[in-house]
Amino acid sequence: MRVTVIGAGVAGLTCATELLKRGAEVTVVDRAPELGAGSCSWWAGGMLAPWCEGESAEEPVVRLGSAAADWWDAHAGGVTRQGTLVVAPGRDSGELRRFARRTMNFSQVDAEAIALLEPDLVGRFRRGLFFAGEAHLDPRAAIKALAKRLRDGGAELRFSTAAENFPQADVVVDCRGLAARDVAPGLRGVRGEMLVLRCRELALTRTLRLLHPRIPVYIVPRGEGVYMLGATMIESASRSPVSARSLVELLNAAYALHPAFGEAEVVEIGVDARPAFPDNLPRVWRDGRSVFVNGLYRHGFLLAPALARRAADLVFGETPIPEESDADRLERQTL
Amino acid sequence: MRRFYGVELETRLLLGTAQYPSPAILARAVRASGAEVVTVSLRRESAEQRDGQAFWELIRELGVRVLPNTAGCHTVKEAVTTAHMAREVFDTPWIKLEVIGEDDSLQPDLFGLVEAAAVLTAEGFQVFPYTTEDLVAAGRLLEAGCEVLMPWGAPIGSGLGLNNLYGLRSLRAHFPEVPLVVDAGIGLPSHAAAAMELGYDAVLLNTAVAKAGDPVAMAAAFAQAIAAGQAAHAADPMEPRDMAAPSTPVIGKAFLG
Repeated sequence: MRVTVIGAGVAGLTCATELLKRGAEVTVVDRAPELGAGSCSWWAGGMLAPWCEGESAEEPVVRLGSAAADWWDAHAGGVTRQGTLVVAPGRDSGELRRFARRTMNFSQVDAEAIALLEPDLVGRFRRGLFFAGEAHLDPRAAIKALAKRLRDGGAELRFSTAAENFPQADVVVDCRGLAARDVAPGLRGVRGEMLVLRCRELALTRTLRLLHPRIPVYIVPRGEGVYMLGATMIESASRSPVSARSLVELLNAAYALHPAFGEAEVVEIGVDARPAFPDNLPRVWRDGRSVFVNGLYRHGFLLAPALARRAADLVFGETPIPEESDADRLERQTL
Repeated sequence: MRRFYGVELETRLLLGTAQYPSPAILARAVRASGAEVVTVSLRRESAEQRDGQAFWELIRELGVRVLPNTAGCHTVKEAVTTAHMAREVFDTPWIKLEVIGEDDSLQPDLFGLVEAAAVLTAEGFQVFPYTTEDLVAAGRLLEAGCEVLMPWGAPIGSGLGLNNLYGLRSLRAHFPEVPLVVDAGIGLPSHAAAAMELGYDAVLLNTAVAKAGDPVAMAAAFAQAIAAGQAAHAADPMEPRDMAAPSTPVIGKAFLG
């Protein structure tokens, strides 16, 4: 079976990987000139943190995301299984209680346990939550690893290629994200702004979340003193440069986590818009010879593996396809 | 019944639209609350570039009256500019006017508020000013053309309830004809009920619903509490007293040996 995947972001590449494994002849096309910056996956945090996300996300995100770390380990490598540490400044300790009430699979940690987990945080936080089963990866390394694996396996990746020019295929898998608003009613953009910092003074080893009533942030270590700091959530599809307000808020939060971030170099500033449906849950559906995967919102790396498997099922017709192409009905069956 | 710029509201809950887990949950919460008015913050939704359109479309689809706000504005100029954008985007003269004066408490800058209110009412806006319980500021806002006042219960997002009962009661007593809305600081339905029992005309809240574990259920709970408080005020509550007053007299009770 010949399958064309449109879009070389995390959704497209994971779908292509699943399809190739199942024996399809796969071509991935993307309108961007090269792998990466054309997709919002490039700016992702790369947290594989289903239980933390359960604080605000609905149940399917937790369930579908719980197998993500294993999938990435098996197909791209580079997964760091150090868990997530959630902390809050003393005056926001109510936020920590709320977070604990709404999540699971964590242990309560005190100042001593926090210092054992992250020696750089000694004396800074008295209470925290440790989600030992969570993981993170470097999104750019993971995307490159998947692309290499696909090419090595015989798939073709074509860049600077418009969706209309895709080669003859039996099935097309549409993973265009926000660009697919023409076929995905209700899809909207949620703007995110993030920073990459280099702070050689700190040797943090795991994802840290700092709770705050208005500006919660996370920091994901990329190794060698490099940290990704994110991310704002703004109801807008704008990709215009980061606003001064967002920049100040993000940096303030990093400084609250550890004053050494005040001396960090700002290596990169990223802005993109995540594709999301009104319920912030993803959809996978089939309409004729096309399969659609979209609405991964802020959970691209977390949910892409489960959605790719579902999309491959639909491509190979292993799941009965309902007659309606109504996305909401399909979504309920999917999730 | 006091009207809000000529508009009668059955449900005395005005609901904010920020910070919900998803727009779908927001829509369900609005329906569960029965709110006829929702507030929308424009400042952070890129009004200038119209990039928030998808979200505004979702708000319009709720089919309720929109009260755009100038949340996060710190100066008169910012607030006035944001109000202009809001009028264009939502095609309404209504504006919830916020001019923030202090960052930790998000306390309104009453001087800037009065100034901005005068500018906007002169331009034909119908201004809902976010103010404190200060009586002098209230008088100045009315002079500036405001026909509704919205004093805080407590700082925005704090969930502390009604911090200054005396102040709120005295504001109600001083301006018996003016529609008054307790805006901000509400954490629990009982806070909202208490505001209505004081004779306030409505309650405006956001975080208490949006950040609840189940926003839809909490929206319904607020609707019930506000209706209860409103009915209680209309029913003319008893006066509290220091001594016990038995509901059944003991003197003259029959002696049943």
